Amino acid sequence: MRRAPLALVIPAVLGLAFLVLPLVGLVVRAPWASLPRRLAEPGVVSALVLSLQTATLATVLCLVFGVPLAWLLARADFPGRRLVRALVTVPLVLPPVVGGVALLLVFGRRGLVGSWLGFSLPFTTAGVVVAEAFVAMPFLVIAVEGALRGADARYEEAAATLGASRWVAFTRVTLPLVAPGIAAGAVLCWARALGEFGATITFAGNFPGRTQTMPLAVYLALETDLQSAIVLSLILLGVSVAILAALRDRWIG
Amino acid sequence: MSTLDAHLVVGLDGFRLDIRLTVDAGQVVALLGPNGAGKTTALRALAGLQPLTDGHIRLGGRALARVPPEKRPIGVVFQDYLLFPHMSALDNVAFGPRRRGLSKRDARAVAAAWLARVGLSGLESRKPRELSGGQAQRVALARALAVDPALLLLDEPLAALDARTRVDTRASLHQHLASHEGAALIVTHDPLDAMMLADRLVVVEDGGIVQEGDAASITAQPRTDYIARLVGLNLYRGKGSGHTVAVAPGFALTVAENVAGDSFVAFAPSAVSLHPERPSGSPRNAWQAIIAGIHRHGDNLRVQLDGPIAAAADITPAAAAQLRLVAGQAIWAAVKATETRAYPA
Repeated sequence: MRRAPLALVIPAVLGLAFLVLPLVGLVVRAPWASLPRRLAEPGVVSALVLSLQTATLATVLCLVFGVPLAWLLARADFPGRRLVRALVTVPLVLPPVVGGVALLLVFGRRGLVGSWLGFSLPFTTAGVVVAEAFVAMPFLVIAVEGALRGADARYEEAAATLGASRWVAFTRVTLPLVAPGIAAGAVLCWARALGEFGATITFAGNFPGRTQTMPLAVYLALETDLQSAIVLSLILLGVSVAILAALRDRWIG
Repeated sequence: MSTLDAHLVVGLDGFRLDIRLTVDAGQVVALLGPNGAGKTTALRALAGLQPLTDGHIRLGGRALARVPPEKRPIGVVFQDYLLFPHMSALDNVAFGPRRRGLSKRDARAVAAAWLARVGLSGLESRKPRELSGGQAQRVALARALAVDPALLLLDEPLAALDARTRVDTRASLHQHLASHEGAALIVTHDPLDAMMLADRLVVVEDGGIVQEGDAASITAQPRTDYIARLVGLNLYRGKGSGHTVAVAPGFALTVAENVAGDSFVAFAPSAVSLHPERPSGSPRNAWQAIIAGIHRHGDNLRVQLDGPIAAAADITPAAAAQLRLVAGQAIWAAVKATETRAYPA
């Protein structure tokens, strides 16, 4: 076997250390003795439950709108498709705080859409879901569009010659074919939504039990009680790793 | 009657397909041609997967050119079959009948019957990746036939198979085509498939029809280099007058038939004899040629000749040894007039 050049190995190992060391630090500094007691605190449980609920709802929202959007980008031919794809990826590179401000301007009480809605979105649990979906949807759209592009479009043609309309071909043939890609996209999307901070705190605020998700709780705890912040971070780390491990073999990698 | 009557005009970047096709019910027509001739484009246009630029498609009197693919009474066997990988063989075949309104149960019964007809009973629950090439081909055929199409289209149906499977599959395909009541159109670049499976051949080159007819008439009188090479003949085109045809500047071939005007001359490579000196004797065509290449051809050697005309000659290894043939060597080639065929172009 040929040896890998040191010029590549050394930065690679340093890069790996850079990614792993902070997580190790988190585990080492965790207050293991008081962990069970801190986990049972009502604030922690409610933040965790809220986080899991909102991230899951946001993912469902992203699936409902994102999969058709990905199909359109991958399969339909329409003017301005490149522009639409660029627009879809904007939330990916946009600072989440800016996203939050933009959401406020649109869905706020006096916003473009908000003044038409009969209810208020900002500073509600629904607002958390909207903020998370806004930030996480590009991950899903890009993953699903990639899967659709990778899938042979001629299967849809074969389905058409057998009497299937485009809708039936999509639901019976294309969707099952790209299911692994959709699943991978949904996991990415869910993970991103779970960790969402900037847009959430800007658009939905930081109200315990209502809009205070785990990342917000971590931030707040950091100001008052470092030990709590470590515990909350550890939980988030545990949930992320657990999801990754559970799905790795089936969908990712 | 499900007779196909089509005029297919498709303009793509730098390519134009323009062919007229008729196929009677119960008839099998082969669209034969080299790669890039437009055969697959024609098939896709018939199936509705490629819009027509101009022309018409009528099937059993019904105009189809503006009908979407899912509403056309047409079944397609794709070159690489395109069996849905996430469905069993049975569900693949049941897919069409289900779309045509049968209940799940009835569609599966129809599918099972078709799988039995193509000899795949017992493999209903196999996924496409668990099928051999020949089995997948038969599932694809059953899937296309299960919708009872008025027109069956087959795109290179045997191209993906190895030589041994091909012979068996060709025979069974022939049977199924014979019992198919609708019209059938096969797209292929393999003359053997075309001649064995089809009642009539339509030869397509560069988007247009260059010759059509039954296998016998096409092999007897090829009209393009492509067909001549397919059937293994030397073919030349030139001005005929009496018993000679001028096929190259300053070079004419003597032929048995009496021809006038634009004419073809064809002869088999086995009709060409090679000589170290100018041959004498009976009326012959003889010319000095240069050996461009020599390779095995069955039991014989095929010698490619350059000279006033390019030609292929088949000779026995013994004759080759006697003549000490090597590439680049100058040699005399001869063909008897009686071994040529001349016909009007």
